[in-house]
Parts: sequence; structure tokens; C-alpha cells
Amino acid sequence: MSLDILEMKAITKTFPGVKALSNVSFQVAEGEIHCLVGENGAGKSTLMKVLSGVYPLGSYTGDILFNGTVQAFSGISDSEKVGIAIIHQELALVPDLTVYENILLGHEIRKGIAIDWNETIRRASEMLKKVGLDLNPATLVKDLGVGKQQLVEIAKALSRDVKLLILDEPTAALNEDDCDNLLMLMDGLRKQGVTCVLISHKLKEVIRIADKVTVLRDGQTVCTLDAHQGEVTESALIKHMVGREIDDIFPKRTHVRSEEVVLEVSNWSADTAQRSVLKDISFTLKKGEIIGFAGLMGSGRTELARSIFGNPDGYRLRGEMRVKGVKKNLGSPSEAIKAGIAYASEDRKGNGLVLIQDVKQNITLANLKALAKRGVVDQNAEVKVANSYKTALNIKTPSVEQIVGHLSGGNQQKVSVAKWLFVNPDVLILDEPTRGIDVGAKFEIYTIMNKLVEKGMSIIMISSELPEVLGMSDRVYVVSSGRLAGELPIAQATQEVIMQMATSC
Amino acid sequence: MIREFQKVLRQNIREYGMYIALFVIMAIFTITTKGVFISSRNIANLINQTGYIAVLAVGMTLVIVIRHIDLSVGFLAGFLGAIGAIAMASWGWNGPAAVGLVLLLGIVAGLGTGFLVAKLGIPSFVATLAGWLIYRGALLLVTLKTGTIIIDNNFFNALGNGNVPDLLGGIKILEGVHKLTLLLGLLAILYFVYSELQTRRTKLAYNFEVLSAGMLTVKIVFIAAVMCCVTWVLAGYNGISWTLVIVAVVVIIYDFVTTQTVLGRHIYAVGGNPDAAELSGISVKKITFVVFGSMGLLAGLSGILFASRLQSATTTAGTLFELDAIAAAFIGGASAAGGVGKVTGSIIGALVYMSLTSGMNLMGIDISSQYIVRGAVLAAAVIFDVSTRRGRK
Repeated sequence: MSLDILEMKAITKTFPGVKALSNVSFQVAEGEIHCLVGENGAGKSTLMKVLSGVYPLGSYTGDILFNGTVQAFSGISDSEKVGIAIIHQELALVPDLTVYENILLGHEIRKGIAIDWNETIRRASEMLKKVGLDLNPATLVKDLGVGKQQLVEIAKALSRDVKLLILDEPTAALNEDDCDNLLMLMDGLRKQGVTCVLISHKLKEVIRIADKVTVLRDGQTVCTLDAHQGEVTESALIKHMVGREIDDIFPKRTHVRSEEVVLEVSNWSADTAQRSVLKDISFTLKKGEIIGFAGLMGSGRTELARSIFGNPDGYRLRGEMRVKGVKKNLGSPSEAIKAGIAYASEDRKGNGLVLIQDVKQNITLANLKALAKRGVVDQNAEVKVANSYKTALNIKTPSVEQIVGHLSGGNQQKVSVAKWLFVNPDVLILDEPTRGIDVGAKFEIYTIMNKLVEKGMSIIMISSELPEVLGMSDRVYVVSSGRLAGELPIAQATQEVIMQMATSC
Repeated sequence: MIREFQKVLRQNIREYGMYIALFVIMAIFTITTKGVFISSRNIANLINQTGYIAVLAVGMTLVIVIRHIDLSVGFLAGFLGAIGAIAMASWGWNGPAAVGLVLLLGIVAGLGTGFLVAKLGIPSFVATLAGWLIYRGALLLVTLKTGTIIIDNNFFNALGNGNVPDLLGGIKILEGVHKLTLLLGLLAILYFVYSELQTRRTKLAYNFEVLSAGMLTVKIVFIAAVMCCVTWVLAGYNGISWTLVIVAVVVIIYDFVTTQTVLGRHIYAVGGNPDAAELSGISVKKITFVVFGSMGLLAGLSGILFASRLQSATTTAGTLFELDAIAAAFIGGASAAGGVGKVTGSIIGALVYMSLTSGMNLMGIDISSQYIVRGAVLAAAVIFDVSTRRGRK
């Protein structure tokens, strides 16, 4: 048994009105990969913020022992000094700087008062080799995909002689290939003796990589499971996370599918001035149907959805689109909404919600006119509408006047869905509807989707999680490099076939 | 009761902070000037001086809310004021026609800025800096031959100097007090009490949270008392000025639009997150046009008020107005990050700013020190705003 590199004892952290962590204990042994799982709002991120000094000593109770000595961090720089590095889900790289500048940002190598660029580049290349990234260190970070950016972040942490690496949902935005690379890298780091704490919602990868798993629920430690004792299984994790067993992650629905085609897109192509984005895509969507769009990250699924939804990116479009048999030429999202199409963005925080506004304002944003008489909003009716969606979708918020930015990811997603339900479209496009949200909230989102199609709405679901595509869709379209690689009836769709098609072009 | 009071205060500290600041500043100047500051005559002057900055600050608030800035409005106001003066002095237009022309040209100029920003995608700072130079040149150009243009039009000059006539002056009580002002003040207080009670009733009908009856009484009595004082001070001199009427109308319209209408909500959504707004079917371009158009309109109004106050158009009219308006908006709680800022806040900001000028002038403080004090107050206001915002998270 190796020594504990980290021991957090009886950590309690309260915010005004909420006890975020209550008496949490967390032990990590040297050289292991320790996963931290739990539903959104269980306290994982809060615990890591206590550890990294974001919440300074005095704002919580309990002790942090690192390498056997009690630590008193009053800021992130203190925890960095002893060798703790945290990599957040939102990457902290400067897009317009080169890879080598980013890796040594804040720890520049100097010669006199000037920066020693040669040594910087040499050092950066060394770190890149360590994370298995084969690229020119002079590349600008903005030209890299998310997966590679993630690796650059890790290289940056390694350059600081890190002893404990904390990864907060590193794979949430990655496709399967990049996930695979990252997990392999973590395995490699483990062999080099780096201790890792991994926060993740993807239970499959937890099972694959973890030495130990600690489960948090409602701000308390539920248990720590040891993979080498065979305690880490999907059902055990789910049971401990939600406190009950979920037999089927995907709720059943009764199909009321009709043959009426609500949306028909044919020979659809999109170009920018520089390159071709989409090429010759044709598909149909029937009333009461969920179709899944599978494919790798960057394959063009989001671009396809946005080009249908009034083309806010201003692509040059060719091809034809018919909504309920009528040919449409939609010039803006507002025209698309009028035609009965809605698009819930993959990027909730970036372009889905107005984070500084409250729940009710976000829910009514796309259809305020329905609440207005001669341009004046009936604000009492607005609260009523918002409250009805709060109940219907089980949005966990103290009131509809709560600022959306303060809600958890799953609840933000529900607000984003509620916004489009209030518009009541014929076609609802959900782009990565469950990204970064926990098992319980996922189940609720799936249930909502089922209710909607049973009422006759049609849903296009874009998802990078194959089990979700398989579990929810009636038919699956696979997109690869801006082209349609194929259409699969759900009976013929398997993860293997989809992956094969997705990597075919 | 006391606990509820503390809770209400804590929740609204940002908003109340400005009113408290204004009160403190006024109290200090009243003491240091031995009461001259709060005299009816000075307050009437203060309001008329604040007018042309206040209307700009209202428009600027919306510009800042949608994450832009407009540096051109100062000289635009000066230039449009000069056009109005020329229309009356050289072309023989009557007052109302000149006012209409100026407002119309203001809208056109504002839409021009909107075109550069929304359609061509030029950063507003650069586009309006260009406007600043152009309008400054244009102002010098139109006043080149004549220099200062004297305005000899009673209607026009009354806008910045005149007062609402006392229609009730014949009544033989309270000699020397402006009776119409008292009546209007009384009506305003009654309307305020009525609307507070009405709001409470509606909210109760919907089962929303409301203040306790005791707390509401305290609030109503307090605000009504303040309104009484203001009315009495105003009635003591010549009564309500036309400038005050104009500013009040602008504030009421803009406050209504921003808080009660679809357009207002769309403006704040665009400011809060333009991408999310666009994907929610709101045309960010259209909102940008509307906001800059309204800014131009108010710049025209500001030019009218200033020219009218001086009864002439001068070659330097409008100098630094834009920066005063921007300062007023930020003191009033607008956020440069967008999506935050209230019209009423900016009016209070403008009052704070102009009170400082007026009070320090009365005290005979040197202009160099005045700038330093104004700068310090601006910094303090923004520090207060930022720290209370952080505290609430």
C-alpha cells in the first residue's frame, strides 16, 4: 500500500443558505488515478476549489494534508507551489498565442530581463513529447481542435513539475478518439508516477481508468470504491450516485410516428469563402420522430443544424429545404422560428442562455411577443409561464427570479429546453442535449423528449454519445467531414457500424 | 420589521447606494454653502443644467447596455443645435419646425452610426471617434462666418430657461409659491401611492412575495415625504421648468420601454449575450440600429436644450458632453460588460455628477480640483458597484 499523497479531512464549506460540503473526507494515494463522481451539485467542483485554494483557508473548516503536512492555501498560487495543478473544463489557454508561449505562460524562462525563447521552445517541445502530441510548438492555439488544446493544457501543468493533477471533466467536449488518447495519456502519466484526480460524468471511462473511485452525493462522501477489488461497476456507481438504481437509462416511449414529413432537406451544401462546410446532404424528418445525428466532433453536425436554423453564420447555401411540404428560404433565426424550427445550442453558456438574466427572462426570451399586448410585456403572466415550466421540467431553482448563471449545468439545460418549448415548434433541434450533465438530469431530459414526440413534435438530436444516439433515436444519420456517410434504421445501428461510417470520409 | 428592513436594504444595496450617495452629496453641499445649495433658485438652476447631460445619459445607458459606446454625441449635439439656430436665424423657420428638424437629423445621424456598427461591423469606439471629429469639424464649419449665432425665438429659448406658467396663480393663498407645481406634486404623490398599492394587489392575486404591510407603509411614507420636499423646494422659486418637464417625459418613456416592453427586453438580452439573443430570433442588427437611432434623437434633444439655455449656438457647444454622459451612466450602475444598466440609475448618476459641479462652484473651488473630485467620485462609484456585485454571488 503506497502512502497517501493527499488527505482531506472533515471538509465543510457553506455558502449563504447552502451547505455545499458537509464533513467530506477524501484520500488519494500516491501514483494512482482517483476518480471523483457524483451528480451535478454533489459538491465535486467545490471540493476541488477548496483543494486548489480558490476558496482560501478560513472560508471552510477541516484540514488538507498534502505529503503528510497540513497546508494553508490562501490562493491558487499557493497550491501550485506545492505541486497541485487543476485543469478546468473551460480551458484557460490564450487562443492567439502559440503553443510554446501558452505552455510556459506565467513561468517564463528568462535570460537576464528578456525571455529566453530558444530554451522556451526546447522546453515546450519536451513537454509536448511527454503528452504524446506531435505538432509544431509555434502553432497558434486557436488553430488546434479541443482535444489537442486539452493536451496542451496538460503539457502546461507538467512543465510546472506537478505532483497532483486534477482534471475537471476533461472529456466532456471530446469525441471518442480524443477521449481515448487522453485516457491513454493518463495511463502513461500514472506509470511516470504522477497522481491524478479525474472528475467525470462518463462512467465508462471511469471504469476503464480508475484505481479508486470516490462518490459524492449532496455534499457528502458516500463511499470510496477500489477497482482492484472489483468494486467499480456501472450499476454500483449509478446506485451510489443517485441513491437508487436506474434499470434503464433510456425511458421507453410509445411511438405515434406518422408518415407525414415535417422537414425535408435535399442536396444541402454550405460554403464559406475559404472552404466547403457541408456537401450534398439530404434527409427527412417525420412527425413524432426523433432522428439522431451521429459523427465525430467537427464533422459538421452543428454547422448543418445552424444552416437550417436561419443560417446565422452566413454560409453560402445551395439545396432545398421544405417545411411541411412548403419550400422555405430562411434568412435568419427569427424566420426559422416563425417557420416552426427551434435550435437549442450545444454551447449553453456561450450562445444558448443569457447567464446574467434570470430563469423567467431566459424561458420567455424567444417568444416574448406571446406575453405582450401592443409591445408591453405582461410580467405577471410571465412569472406564471416560467413557474409552469419550472414544475413541468423539474428545474431545481429557489425561484424563477434566480440568475441562470448560478444554476447547475443540468438545470441550465432544462431552462434552455424550456425556452424552446414555450415557442412550441414543430421541429426541435437539440445539439448535445446532455453534455456535461449528470445521470439523473439526463434521464429527465430523455423523458421530456419522449413526451414531446408523443405530442407530435419532431426532434433532431445531435449527440457525440453513441449510447444516447442508439437509445433515443428512431433513425440515425451519420455525418463525416461535412457529408452524409449514411442513414441507419435503429434496428441496424450499432456503435461499431456508426463509428465505422463516421470515420469513413 | 427591522430584520425585513435589513433584508430589503441588503438585497437592493446597489440601487439604494446611488440614492444615498446623492443624498449625502447634497447634504454636504447644503452645509458647506450654508443652505445656498438647497435653495429653490439653485436647485432650479441645477435641474436646468443637468437636463442636456441627463437626456444624453439616458441614450448612452442603452448604448452601453448593448456593449457599445458613442463618443460622437457631444459634438453631434453641438452641431445639431447650431443647425437649429441657423434654421431660425437665417432661414426664418419657426421654433417648433426647427426643433422637429433637429430631432429628425439626430435620428438620421444615429442611424448612420448604427449602419457603420451593425452593417459594416466597425467597432463603435472607432466609428464614433470618427463621428466626433466629423461633427466637430461640421460645427466649426457652420459657425465659421458668423461665430456665435444668437437665437431670438421665445418658444425655443423657453425650453432651456422658461418655466411652466402658474395657472393657479390667481388663488390668494401662499403668496409667492408656485401653486401649479404644488398641485402637480400632490398628484404625483397620489399616483405613486395608488400604483404601489395596485402592484401589491396584483402580486397578491398571483401569490407572489410582497413586502409586509408595515414595511410597505414605511416605504410609501418615506418616498412621499421626499417627493413633498422636492415639490416644496421647486414651488419656492419659479416652479417647474420646461427642461424638467422634457427630461421627465424622456425618462418616463425610456423607463417604460426598457422595463415593460418586448423591445426593452430584447435590448437587455442582446447586451447580456448577443449570440444567444440572435439564436432566440432577435435581430441584433435591428436592436443596434434602434439603440443608436435613439441615441441620435436624444443628442438632437440635448443640442436643443443647450442652445436654448445659452440662447445661442456657439463654436464649442457640446464639448465633453459625451464623456459627462458616459460618466453619469457608469455612476448610475451601467456595466461595460453589457446587459446591465437602468435609465433611472443614469438620471441619478447625472444628478450626482452635476451636483458636484454646482456645489463646488458655489463653494468657489478651483476648476482643477473639481476635475479631480469628479474623477474620484466616478472611480468610487464603479468600485462600489463592482464590489457589491461580487458580494452578491
